[in-house]
Amino acid sequence: MSPRRRAWLVALALLLASCGGGGPWQLKDIKGVVPDLAFNLTDDSGRKVSAADYRGRAVLLFFGYTNCPDVCPTTLLKLSAALKDLGPAAQRAQVLFVTVDPERDTLEALHRYVRAFGPHVSGLRGSAAELRELAKRYRISYSYGTPDANGDYEVNHSSAVFVFDAAGDARLLVLPDSSEQAIAHDLKILLGAPQG
Amino acid sequence: MSGWLAFLLPWEFSPLAAALALGAAVAFVRGARRAPPPQAVGVARRIGFFAGLALLYFVMQTHFDYLSQHMFYIHRLQHLALHHAGPFLIALSQPQAVIARGLPQRLHERVLTPAWRHPLVQGLYRLLQNWLVAPVLFVGLIFLWLTPEVHFYAMLSGPLYHVMNWSMLLDGLLFWFLMLDPRSKEQGALLSLGPRIGILLAAAVPQLALGAHIALADHDLFDVYAICGRAWAISPLEDQEVGGLVTWIPAAMMHGVGTLVVLSYWMRSK
Repeated sequence: MSPRRRAWLVALALLLASCGGGGPWQLKDIKGVVPDLAFNLTDDSGRKVSAADYRGRAVLLFFGYTNCPDVCPTTLLKLSAALKDLGPAAQRAQVLFVTVDPERDTLEALHRYVRAFGPHVSGLRGSAAELRELAKRYRISYSYGTPDANGDYEVNHSSAVFVFDAAGDARLLVLPDSSEQAIAHDLKILLGAPQG
Repeated sequence: MSGWLAFLLPWEFSPLAAALALGAAVAFVRGARRAPPPQAVGVARRIGFFAGLALLYFVMQTHFDYLSQHMFYIHRLQHLALHHAGPFLIALSQPQAVIARGLPQRLHERVLTPAWRHPLVQGLYRLLQNWLVAPVLFVGLIFLWLTPEVHFYAMLSGPLYHVMNWSMLLDGLLFWFLMLDPRSKEQGALLSLGPRIGILLAAAVPQLALGAHIALADHDLFDVYAICGRAWAISPLEDQEVGGLVTWIPAAMMHGVGTLVVLSYWMRSK
């Protein structure tokens, strides 16, 4: 099939999918659009981890940094509140906070930071090369602002949370305006937990 | 210097793009060298061809492509190169016969010529180059990929992103080869010069409207860049405004230049 014709077919399928309501989800459906969960990083307890260590759990993958003034803390608070709504099913959900500022975010700093958001949040850190590879895989970007007099700088980064199912397949995208209720609603379906 | 060299390395290496670019360049050089004096390839045609090819390679196979994935207005510049400027320069330099002469003879005679003359290929080509289908496809692809929902998935999915860019490139080549064919219809071109001018002007109008709509929108139409992260700090509306202007003005200008080229063919024929 020519790329042109394939383009039309894919686009048509997407249009139909987006007009058709597309299943029970309140978050953005990204099944088949984004690659499955794969990485090699170090967690905030100093352990080398890969995607296989989180098989069997729904994973919420989020990129940020501990000095982040707004997006990261609000998103993490929203995610941990949504996990609380899950009840016991929260045992099968895991938030992974990947730092895009490994220069300043030591494992200790990361550890202190993620603990504040509850037991189901882990911090992950990688070398510049590992981080670059991961960002490329999920087509997200991060860049550093100019340091001020104190050497502090802001980091521009993605605000998306990628949700993977227990098998590691990408399923949903939490957007900045997604509500805590929508996240809890969809995670319950993903984990087969009762609603309400 | 090393920063620039690193920038020129591919962000996502495409063996197909690299092979096509290299193959076309080598075939063109060989073909130009072998051309008999009456068909000598002038400097302007050489410059046009290599400028077009280099532009296409630059926007697809350097870190410019990374910026295109994470900044709306750079993405618009990329599509301006893929769909307008690159194919325009290549079509203007009329490289078909030169490349054909530069190809390995067996490949040319045994594979490409029979494939090109195959009724299915000819049928499809004539359909795509129909006076109505060609401009509708040309404008339609721009609108399709700029539909916010489609654009969202095209930027999130690697395979769909490549389908988008290749579809723009192929369609750009088809359209500008059709428009800038120096021959008259009697000499074998698919369309006469008059209808071509009509098509060039008519196809510019929806692009003007879409570019203005994007540039003047008061809310973020393409939130995928905020979600996936912009390449550097710039407000979404600023990015969108420049992106809309790129869709609006240089694209329309290319249609103006195309019209002038067709007019010059007509003057020459008088």
